[in-house]
Amino acid sequence: MMTIVFSLFLLTMLVIVAVAILRTENLFTAVMLSGIFSLIMAANFFVLDAADVALTEAVIGAGISTVLFLGALALTAEYDRSPPVGTWVPLLTSSALGGVIIFATFQAPRLGDPSAIVHQHVAPWYLEKTPELIDVPNVVTAVLASFRGYDTLGEVFVVFTACIGVMALLGRVRPRRDSIKEGEFKKATDNLRHHLIPRVVGKMLVPFIVLFGLYVQFHGDFGPGGGFQAGALVAAGVILYSLVEGGVRGRELVPEWFSSVLVALGAFTYTSVGVASMLMGGRFLDYSVLAHDPVHGQHLGILVIEAGVGMTVAGVMITIFHAFSRRGIR
Amino acid sequence: MTLYDQLPALVVAVLLFTAPIAYMLRMHGFPWAAATAAVVTSFIVACSLAATAIGGETIIYEMGGWPAPYGIVLHIDALSALMAMLITGASSAALIFGAKSLADEVGEETAPAFFAAWLLCTAGLVGMVITGDAFNIFVFMEISSLSTYVLISAGPDRRALISTYRYIVMGTVGATFYLIGVGFLYMVTGTLNTADLGARVGQVEDIRLVLVAAGFVSVGLAVKAAVFPLHSWMPNAYTFAPNAVTVFIAAASTKVSLYVLIRVDYAIFQNSIANHEVQLTLFLVPLGVMALFAGSLLAIYEKNLKRLLAYSSVSQIGYIALGIAMTSVAGLTGAIVHMFNHGLIKGGMFMAVACLALRYRTVNVANLAGAGKAMPWTMAAFVMGGLGLIGVPLTPGFISKWYLVLAALEKGWLGALLVAVILISSLLAVIYVWKVIEVAYFREPRANAVPVTEEAPMVMLIPTWIVVLTGIWFALDTSVSVGLASIAAKTLLGVAL
Repeated sequence: MMTIVFSLFLLTMLVIVAVAILRTENLFTAVMLSGIFSLIMAANFFVLDAADVALTEAVIGAGISTVLFLGALALTAEYDRSPPVGTWVPLLTSSALGGVIIFATFQAPRLGDPSAIVHQHVAPWYLEKTPELIDVPNVVTAVLASFRGYDTLGEVFVVFTACIGVMALLGRVRPRRDSIKEGEFKKATDNLRHHLIPRVVGKMLVPFIVLFGLYVQFHGDFGPGGGFQAGALVAAGVILYSLVEGGVRGRELVPEWFSSVLVALGAFTYTSVGVASMLMGGRFLDYSVLAHDPVHGQHLGILVIEAGVGMTVAGVMITIFHAFSRRGIR
Repeated sequence: MTLYDQLPALVVAVLLFTAPIAYMLRMHGFPWAAATAAVVTSFIVACSLAATAIGGETIIYEMGGWPAPYGIVLHIDALSALMAMLITGASSAALIFGAKSLADEVGEETAPAFFAAWLLCTAGLVGMVITGDAFNIFVFMEISSLSTYVLISAGPDRRALISTYRYIVMGTVGATFYLIGVGFLYMVTGTLNTADLGARVGQVEDIRLVLVAAGFVSVGLAVKAAVFPLHSWMPNAYTFAPNAVTVFIAAASTKVSLYVLIRVDYAIFQNSIANHEVQLTLFLVPLGVMALFAGSLLAIYEKNLKRLLAYSSVSQIGYIALGIAMTSVAGLTGAIVHMFNHGLIKGGMFMAVACLALRYRTVNVANLAGAGKAMPWTMAAFVMGGLGLIGVPLTPGFISKWYLVLAALEKGWLGALLVAVILISSLLAVIYVWKVIEVAYFREPRANAVPVTEEAPMVMLIPTWIVVLTGIWFALDTSVSVGLASIAAKTLLGVAL
């Protein structure tokens, strides 16, 4: 009962925030609201018992995306000045689309129904076999890192590709000097140094955030977490440091060349595990052959690929943040 | 496990392994060399997979050693092998062809990122065609889409950025639709493995969610495949991308989305939704016919040669859509062969255009007067490609149209109408190809124009002609292309080989 009330409250808030994002013309407000949107979403995932997803959404959606959006905003303008286009056709299209999805979901199984088909086919197998084959308490980690490890490898490469894309845009095109205003981002990056309280409090938080990141990284087998969340947390720590100490100090802490190499190195580490298991006589990404005992092999494989994931994700976040902050200051 | 057993994974693993290396080692010329070596290796592996698949054999490779449906398996049959050959072949040809032009257009500083993106794009496309998992297709679709955006935005013109932005918006909509559809399918079946989905979707009692899923998947893939009228992202993306990139993506990228459309519609929905043939026909035949006319007409009135060829691709995709919609062995064979042959034809033509662009510094048709005399070999390659687009006998285009016409004739009066449509659109192709030929061969260069006297360099001409001659080879000896395609069509329709 409590869950239902809580879910209703969260979902209502979600709709209100979404409408507010659409209606506002101040992009700064929109960015802040989308951060709130992500936080509510994270709470929603948590209510649905998807702790891993909730953690990721909170760190990336509410935390880092907001900072990156602000960075983008600092390079452009604060107000949406695009002329109002014919809103009827898009409105009708989206409404029709939403209608179709709602129509379809009437047929969907009830939330949390244990007899739903989703819970009857592969899921019981994962729950039953994980202790025996992989022996980690967190089944989500077993599925992500081993059973569907090839997907996760793909996702790491998606992140790597995205990094290349952002760097290609931000690193190459040289804007005219007067086209960049002295944006808010400069304030956000450098002027915090003159605000004593945020600086002191922020600096105190950094080591704890990084420590928590490392905990999430190495505790992913046992509780919610893993490379994605840990990478984002460590990056959040570095970004917070850059925000309170200024971009220059931030780039001294983690140089740009290092963070961008880290991205590729993480993807390389993950693929190397796959190639190593091929060389040792198994199939691609078959960690069982990595040690004498298959279960130990699985542990070793998961440890290394999670490290690769963490490296790539942390590297991407820091690289993109640096790219924005450098341009905001120039 | 022997090396032979590892080949299915190697075709994509070698690309994924090389991409970060190419990105990290910032030595002069290394990224291009590493990318070329990896892509050519992948091409050789794909050819050997095709040699297995042509016997009608389906290779299953369990990633991580986990069996389907619990783990992800690679599923390589004739269709996958043919597509993998097309993708890696186009990628190798474009890389070798573009060795010099890419070095000029991309520049030393951005080369590592660019060639890493190239490798990732190839890996993404190959990954989509060899996997046997519906969600894994989405993951590799993301890799290929994001890297394609990077490749296109590397174009020398600032308008490349706007084109990329349009493509990002449309591409994301397409991919998201696909994901929504797969999500619904997972909801009603509890599985993501394609073969398992095919078996279990049929058991779903209430078909409503399945229908919605089919709709989302089909529309999403049609956007990514630039099926008319969802093609708006494509002409400018082709036009403003670096020339070698255009060669690669024009030959391979839209075809992969069509491949997924075929795979999903035939392997999952065909057996499980009643009257799926009718739905497919009603969805794709009108779009295909519109694409044939609209694409050709837009090409006829287009002044920019690259965009002209892009509009021609819109109309050629119409042929493939028609073939898919016919749900017969001949139609599907025609569609699959045309994916392969059109890749060869368009790849060769965009190579010729790149040669012209190198010397003329423009791709406006009007400025190419006298190109027939100044650059005879390049223009000859272009003409060969043009004949292929029209579908003249002894060109690869003829083979695929032949099968499409055969398939249409099986369909009664509607088929007769489709034959007429195919013939009329071939005539329209004559007009837009002739438009270029007339200017290049029969018009004198303007007096104030800078005269072009030099043929394109050999490093570009030889790959171009290799592609053109490969096309002719596949027109004369159809045992590989039609052989694989007809096995694929029969497997998909469940007809005995």
